[in-house]
Amino acid sequence: MAETSEAPVTPHSDVLAGHGHAHLPPTGFLRKHVFSLDHKVIGKQYLDLALVAVLTGMVLSWLMRFHLAYPAAAVPGLGKIAPGVAAGGIITPELYLQLMTMHGTIMVFFVLTTAPFAGFGNFILPIQVGAEDMAFPRFNMMSFWVTLVAFLVLLASFFVHEGPALSGWTAYAPLSAIGKAAGPGQGTGQTLWALSIAIFCVGQLLGSLNFIATTLDLRTRGMTLMRMPFSTWAWFITSIIGLIAFSVLLPACILLILDRVAGTSFFVPAGLVVSDQLQPHSGGSPLLWQHLFWFFGHPEVYIAILPGIGIISHVLPAFARKPLLGPKVVLSCMGAIAFLSYTVWGHHMFLSGMNPLSATLFSVPTLIITIPATIVVLLWIGTLYGSRMRFTTAGLFCLGFVSVFVSGGISGFFLAQPSIDTYLHGTYFVVGHFHFVMGVAAMFGIFAGMFFWFPKMYGRMLNETLGKIHFILTLIGVYAIFMPMHYLGLAGNVRRYSTFTDEYMKSSLPLHRFITYAALFTGAVQLIFLFNVFWSRFRGARATANPWDATSLEWSTSSPPPFDNFGGQHPVVVNGPNEYGTAGPAGDHLMQAPALAPGG
Amino acid sequence: MRTRLLSSLALVTAAAAVTGAMPAPRANAGVIAGTITFTGTPPKMRPIDMAKEPSCAAQHATPIMNENVVTGPGNTIANVVVYISAGDQPKAAPSTAARYDQKGCEYLPHVAVMQAGQPLEIYNDDKTSHNIHPMAKLNPEWNKSQPPGSPPLKATYEKPEFIAVKCNIHPWMHGYFAVMNTPHYDVSSANGTFKITGLAPGKYTVTAWHERFGKLTQEVTVPATGGGTADFVYKVTPY
Amino acid sequence: MGKLFAAIVAVITLISAGIFIARIWWLPPDISVLGVGIDHQLVETLIASGVLFVLAQLALAAFAWQYGAGDATRPIKIFPGGATPMVVLAVLLVGAEVLVLTFVGSRVWAGIFLSPPAANALHVDVQAEQFAYYFRYAGKDGKFGTLHPDMIDDANGNFFGLDPANDTTARDDIVSASLVVPVGQPVLLTLHAKDVGHAFYVPDLRIQQDFVPGLDIPLQFTATQVAKKEIVCTQLCGLGHFNMRAYLEVKPQAQFAEWLADQEAQLE
Repeated sequence: MAETSEAPVTPHSDVLAGHGHAHLPPTGFLRKHVFSLDHKVIGKQYLDLALVAVLTGMVLSWLMRFHLAYPAAAVPGLGKIAPGVAAGGIITPELYLQLMTMHGTIMVFFVLTTAPFAGFGNFILPIQVGAEDMAFPRFNMMSFWVTLVAFLVLLASFFVHEGPALSGWTAYAPLSAIGKAAGPGQGTGQTLWALSIAIFCVGQLLGSLNFIATTLDLRTRGMTLMRMPFSTWAWFITSIIGLIAFSVLLPACILLILDRVAGTSFFVPAGLVVSDQLQPHSGGSPLLWQHLFWFFGHPEVYIAILPGIGIISHVLPAFARKPLLGPKVVLSCMGAIAFLSYTVWGHHMFLSGMNPLSATLFSVPTLIITIPATIVVLLWIGTLYGSRMRFTTAGLFCLGFVSVFVSGGISGFFLAQPSIDTYLHGTYFVVGHFHFVMGVAAMFGIFAGMFFWFPKMYGRMLNETLGKIHFILTLIGVYAIFMPMHYLGLAGNVRRYSTFTDEYMKSSLPLHRFITYAALFTGAVQLIFLFNVFWSRFRGARATANPWDATSLEWSTSSPPPFDNFGGQHPVVVNGPNEYGTAGPAGDHLMQAPALAPGG
Repeated sequence: MRTRLLSSLALVTAAAAVTGAMPAPRANAGVIAGTITFTGTPPKMRPIDMAKEPSCAAQHATPIMNENVVTGPGNTIANVVVYISAGDQPKAAPSTAARYDQKGCEYLPHVAVMQAGQPLEIYNDDKTSHNIHPMAKLNPEWNKSQPPGSPPLKATYEKPEFIAVKCNIHPWMHGYFAVMNTPHYDVSSANGTFKITGLAPGKYTVTAWHERFGKLTQEVTVPATGGGTADFVYKVTPY
Repeated sequence: MGKLFAAIVAVITLISAGIFIARIWWLPPDISVLGVGIDHQLVETLIASGVLFVLAQLALAAFAWQYGAGDATRPIKIFPGGATPMVVLAVLLVGAEVLVLTFVGSRVWAGIFLSPPAANALHVDVQAEQFAYYFRYAGKDGKFGTLHPDMIDDANGNFFGLDPANDTTARDDIVSASLVVPVGQPVLLTLHAKDVGHAFYVPDLRIQQDFVPGLDIPLQFTATQVAKKEIVCTQLCGLGHFNMRAYLEVKPQAQFAEWLADQEAQLE
C-alpha cells in the first residue's frame, strides 16, 4: 500500500513536533504483515485475536449452557477430549467452573478490552487525528505481541495437570491464593491465570500510553481537542482509565503470584484449614484482593463500554444524517462516567464484610453514574428524532446498542442499592445485568464499528443483506438469552452453579433450557457474521474512499489508507466531526478536512 | 459393617486367588492371625448429621457414626490394617481392581487396601455428586468429582502410603487408601480379628496401622506347620 | 428495516415488562421481619425503572419507525430545545429517584447491617467450609469454646476445632448441620470461614452475607414463620460450590427448646 503513495516516505526529523513518520514502510512479508510497526496492521491483528478469543469464549459458554439445561447428559465427544474432567462426556462441576472462569476471562480481557479499544482504536485513532502512525510504533507492536503471549499462556492452562483455574474471572482470594489444596485447577492452572493477566496488563499499559501520547501530540493542523471525533475522545478517555486501572491490577496479580509460589501472605490470613490441611500463611487480607481487583474491575467495565459509547456517538450521526444532539454534553458525560468509575468499586463488595457504612458511600456515586448514562441515552434517542435515518447494518447496530444499553443500565439501578443487592447479589439478575451492559452492548458497539470501518480497513464492503439478517436475529437472540436471567434472579436463582440441586431452584430448569436454546441459536447466527467477514475480506464489493458520506479524517483518505495514512500529505482540519445536515460541497455534510496539504 | 467385612474378605480372596494362580510352592500355607484391642477410654464417636444431603440421610434409618475409631465387643478395634512390613518376598501387583464405593454418603470400605501398582476403581452409587480427594503425600495428589451416573473413576498408586481420602462436598466422609508393598495384609473386622494367609514359613515383622492411633509393630515367626499369632493392644485416650 | 427494528423492540419491551408485571417468576414469600422493607424497596425500584425502561425503548422504537431516510425532501429536525430538556429531565428525574431510593434504602440497609443486636438474640456461630455449613450453639453454660484451627478434624466430627480436653466451655457446645431457630426471636449469627470465601443466602429471609476468612462477621434476622428453607452459598468456593447447602429450620419456641435439650442430652 505504501508503494501507491507518490512521494517516497522518509523518516522525518520533526518526530517530536508530532508530524513525522518514525519508520520506513516495510518490505518483507514478515515485517509487513506479522511483526509490523504499522498501527493499521496492529489494529487488525488485535481484531483477529479478539475474533479467535470470542469464538473460543462462545464455545465454552455453549458447553456451560448445555450442562445447565441437561445436567445428566453427556456432551458427544467430550469424554474423548477431556476424559479426566468429563468421564463419559458428563461435565463435572469443576469443569463447569473452569469453563466459566475461562469464558469470563477470555471475554472480558481478550475480547471486550482488545476489540473495541486496542483493535479499532489502533487502526482508527491515528487516522482520525491525522497522524501517520502511533507515537511509539515499536511499543505498539510490543503491546500486541505481549497480549498474544498472555492469551497463549491462558490457553496453555487447559493442558496442565487438573486444567485451568476455576475461581472465576475475579479470582477471589484465598481460593485463588492457596494453591492446589483448594481444588482442581487451583494449582498450575491458577498460577498461569495470574501470569497471563499480569502479562496482559503490561500490553494494555503500553497501549494506553501510546493512545494518550498519540492523541495529545500527533494531532494534525487544525485538529483541536474539541474537533476530535467522539470515537477518538472515547479511546483517549479509555486509555486514561486503562492506564490507572491496569497499573493497579498488575501489582495485584504479582502479589497473587507471590502468595502462590513464594510463600507470601498478602491475601491469606492465618489459621485457614483447607481440605484438612492447616495453611502456612498468616497476616494477609482477602478483602485486599477484592479492593485491588475491583479498583481495576469496575473501571474495566467502562474500558469495555466507553469505546462503544464513542463509536455509537460517532457512527449514529453519519446514518441519521444530522449532528449528534448535545456533543459537548456527551463528552462531559463520558468524562463524568470515567471519573465516577473510580469511585464506585465498592458496590461489588456491599456484602463482602467491609464496613456496612461504606456501602452507602459506594452506593451514592453508583446511582449518580446513572445520570450521565441516562443523559447520553436520551441524547442518542433525541438525535434520532427528526432524522433521515439510513438503516444500514452499522446504523441498526447503533440503535440496537441503545436498546440493550438501556436494558442493561436499568438493572444496574437495582444492584446499585445495597438494600436490594442483599437479595439480588450472586443471582442470575447480576449475570443478566452485566451481560447486557458490558457484554452485548459492547459487542453491538464492535459490530457497529466493524460494519462502519470494515470498508476502510479492508477496502471492501461487508454484505449488507447478510448484515441485516445477522442483526435482527442477534437482537432477538440476546434478549431471549439475557432478559429471562433477570426473572431467574428475582426468583433467587444463584449464579455459578453447575447444577441446581436445591429444591427451590429446581423449578428454574425449563427457563434455563429456554436460555440454552436461545444461546445456541444466537451462537449459530454468529456464523453468518463470520462468513460475511471472511467472504467480504476477499470478495466483497470494492469500497470507495467515503462510502457512508461521513465527515471524519479516515474518510478523507483511500480505502484502505496508504502506509502513511494520507499518502505523504497532511489533512488540515477546519470543521468539527459533527457537521451533518449542513449543505456543503460534499452534499449534506462538511468534511473535517476538505483538502489535504502537501506533506512535510 | 457386614458389607465392609465382606468387601475386606473379597479383597483377601482376590489377593489369594492371584497368589493361587501363580506356581506357588505348597509351603505358602502359613497364617498370622490375631486380635486388635485397646486399653483406656476411646474417644466418643458422634452420629453423623447428614441434613445437608437429604438423599443420603434417607438411606440411614438411624444416623451412622463417625468411623474414626470403630470399637467392637471386648474392647476390640476394627478398621486396623495389619500387614507384613518386613521379611516378605516382593510380588507383582494383581491386575484385579480394588473397589471403593460411595454409598449413602459413606465410604465402603472405610479403609481400602491395595497393593502398589494395583488398579483402583471408585464408584458413586449415590444420587449426588461426590468429589474424591485422596490427600497423598508420596504419591501424586488429585481431586476429582464424580457426578451421579458417571463411570467408575480409575486410579493407581505406585508408592506404599496411607492416604487420607476426603469428600469436600460431604465433609463428614473420610476414609483411607492403604497402599501396600506386600500382598499379605488384612483389615481387622468388626470384632477386631484379622488373619493374614499365604505365608511361607519364616520370620516376619508385622505392623498394625490405625488412622488415629498410629502404628504398632511386632516380630512373628510362622512355623512350618500351623500359624503364628500377633495380638496388638493400643493405649487410647478420649481426646 | 427501521420499521422492522421498531416493531421488534416494541414487542420485546412489552413482553419483558409484561412478565415482570404478571410476576410469573417472583421472589419467594418473605419470612423475615426486615424483608418487608427490602421488598418494598425492590418494588419501588421496579416501578420507577420499569417506567423508564418502557418509555426509553418505545421512544427509540417510535423514532426508528417514524424517521426513515425514505422521504429525501423532508428536512431534518432538531429535538425541540436541543440537549437542554434531556439534561434537565435526566438530572431531575433520575436525581430525584436517586435521592429517594438512597434515603429510604439506607434505612432498610441500616436496619439489617447497622443496628445493634437485640438483647434477647439467640447467638449462633456459623462456620462455612468447602462445601458445608456447621452451626454452633453455646450450650448449657452459654459460653462458646475457643477455636483452635490446628485441632480441626472433620473425620472425627470436630469441624470447629474445639478442644474439649482442656477447654471446659467447649464440652457442651452443640454443633449442628442445620440452623435451627425459634420463630419470632431475633437471631445473631457470627459468620466465619474455615478455608476460603463463602456466603450465606436465604432468599426467603432476603439476606445475604459473605464469609471472609480471617473475619468474624455479624448477621441478624428474625424469622416470622415456622418453615424449613435452604441456605445456599453465593460466593464461588470451589468445585462443590453448587452443592453447598444447609437447612434453616424455624421451629415454634417449645419445639426449639425440645430440640436444644435433645442436642444437649446427646453430649452427655
